[in-house]
Amino acid sequence: MPGKTVADINNIKNAAQNENDAKKDLTKIYVHMGTCGIASGAIDVLTALRKEIKENSFKNAKVITTGCAGICSKEPIITVEVAGQEPIIYEDINAEKVAEIFQKHIMGKKVVKEYAFARGMEAQIKERIKNNGKIPGQTVVDDSIQGIEEIPFFKLQEQRVMRNRGIIDPNKIDDYIARDGYQGAIKALTSMNSEEIISEVLDSGLRGRGGAGFPTGLKWKFAAKEENEIKYVLCNADEGDPGAYMDRSVLESDPHSIIEGMIIAAKAIDSHMGYIYCRAEYPLAVETLNKAIKRARAYGLLGKDILGTGFEFDIEVYEGAGAFVCGEETALMRSIEGLRGNPRPKPPFPAHAGLWEKPTILNNVETLANIPQIIVKGSEWFSSIGTEKSKGTKVFSITGDINNVGCVEVPIGTTLNTIVNEIGGGVLEGKHYKAAQLGGPSGGCIPLQHIDVPVDYETLQEYGSIMGSGGLIVMCDDKSAVDIARFFMEFCKEEACGKCIPGREGTKQMLNILNKICGGKGSKDDIEKLEELGHVIQKTALCALCKTSANPVLSTLRYFRNEYEEAVSKN
Amino acid sequence: MEDITKTFSKEELEELDKIIETEGKNPGGLIPLLEKAQGILGYIPISVQKRIAEKTGIPANRIYGVVTFYSFFTMESRARHRIQVCLGTACYVKGGKEIAEKIENDYGIKVGESTEDGRFTYERARCFGACGLAPVMVVDGKVYGKISVENVDEILSQYK
Repeated sequence: MPGKTVADINNIKNAAQNENDAKKDLTKIYVHMGTCGIASGAIDVLTALRKEIKENSFKNAKVITTGCAGICSKEPIITVEVAGQEPIIYEDINAEKVAEIFQKHIMGKKVVKEYAFARGMEAQIKERIKNNGKIPGQTVVDDSIQGIEEIPFFKLQEQRVMRNRGIIDPNKIDDYIARDGYQGAIKALTSMNSEEIISEVLDSGLRGRGGAGFPTGLKWKFAAKEENEIKYVLCNADEGDPGAYMDRSVLESDPHSIIEGMIIAAKAIDSHMGYIYCRAEYPLAVETLNKAIKRARAYGLLGKDILGTGFEFDIEVYEGAGAFVCGEETALMRSIEGLRGNPRPKPPFPAHAGLWEKPTILNNVETLANIPQIIVKGSEWFSSIGTEKSKGTKVFSITGDINNVGCVEVPIGTTLNTIVNEIGGGVLEGKHYKAAQLGGPSGGCIPLQHIDVPVDYETLQEYGSIMGSGGLIVMCDDKSAVDIARFFMEFCKEEACGKCIPGREGTKQMLNILNKICGGKGSKDDIEKLEELGHVIQKTALCALCKTSANPVLSTLRYFRNEYEEAVSKN
Repeated sequence: MEDITKTFSKEELEELDKIIETEGKNPGGLIPLLEKAQGILGYIPISVQKRIAEKTGIPANRIYGVVTFYSFFTMESRARHRIQVCLGTACYVKGGKEIAEKIENDYGIKVGESTEDGRFTYERARCFGACGLAPVMVVDGKVYGKISVENVDEILSQYK
């Protein structure tokens, strides 16, 4: 099949949009099928729905399977949109309920209020607010059901990276194209040169979303300057921080946004080969990515002569094999080379000598997913939200002892209080907030007295935590701070690659002390030893993973020292 | 070292050789090769590592280094079913540790071990990214969310 051209893609976009218009009379049923949805029973729901459609010979239905819907605690979720009526989101659905919804709502056009969670769709929130809680042309069916724009979980979010979640089928490239997908790549390939792309990204103020917060444009600039025929664009999808799954959600819901981001990055640094390093624990993400790459190739969006522009770039998915340290950039590159994932000292930086010693850029999933819209809408649009030093949005996965567990995208600078108590719906009944852990095993906790801090790179650091990749775990006062610190140290000790002594022995010794304290055998000296060892590891470990491994201990010592002291007081 | 032809069938070895043939050529193809080899054979004992070394020219010590570095690879044969209890942060906070302890006590197995009847291999996992359903347990790749000490037995009883 000959590759497609820019005009072909635009025709597909128009055709897909026209098809949506032509199918206006159909009842659309969205089944949200990310890993969480499937694990909660979404496949049974889908099967039951298809069975009803078949048995009733119902011709007027269009079933759309999408990725994650964001609010994991309500899964399985379906959204029913009867032609001319407002969409209704149903929560906690099973096969029996879907049969009932089919009969009453899809066939009978009457909402099943009992199972309804909200009216409207997430992607239409802004339009609904503008029109006083409805969409022109849609009849309000039952206003005793809350409108989605009234629910803090949705209302306070700003969907950019996740703008397509819950509405597109990740396995249908046309769905992505219909929502302006690949327009950024087209613009970059046809009307921008390397410097223009890089200055747009630099001006946007986008910083790496994997945790370190390094300016993305600067990374690209360094790699662009290198003169080498072979350069690589890598995507870090090795989301190893336990308790974080934002990247999985993006990979499963909108894989083309990452492919598009990588094409733009490739053009910026003049690379012709890219890899997505995805962890083996995410089989659905790997499958979705592979399908998406295949379709992008068939559409001429990857390969030798992309859209007839003469630019060559291709991507392969590289499946990790279960090593946390491979999230570190130099370790990740060694792993793609087929070696043990040992990090190495920097410099040389990957922009100069990375994968197979060639100039390489490595960007995180969320960072890359931001790129297409920066190119389409411009750096000014991007930097219009956020704080002075941190622009745009950040996706967090909020979990733990909280009501609304889910994946949320908020403007950087939103306070922790808003995230936990408004978006997250507060802690579980009968419990009291103790602290939120950000940044996982490399991060630290923010206790109650600082819950009003704005969440941005600099402020969190000031309070002994980090932005991290976006894992935000809420803990209540029934959890021991010392035990949580012990948990993270055990993780780091087991995942340390063993190459440097502070990482290998330091984490082991700290864990021994923490085990001693948790077992009631610690002494006061042990607390001091912990602190001392922690500072030594911070200063001397080889790579960021072990350098930061003491953070959870130091952070809990800072805010909950009394718990440590109490634990050793008997000895 | 055991005789590889006694441990694995002729068909399995043919399939292994085919993978060595295709993946062995790629620079950096060792990890995908091992992933596929484990997919066919279930585990990668020394005998298999040696065969890969001989046929690809990759030093055996490098292959051993990779197999032992990544937690995905195992050098021991696994039981019929694989239980992975998630002990990521969200699951830990929500009681994953109690689930793990229950399995260890009731089935008499430690991490990485298999039950004597060859029914279950038990592992602890780092995070499946299904934190919204914490605590999570995965059996043969199927994710079970919001589990409790009370319903672990019921889930496992489906696996004979």
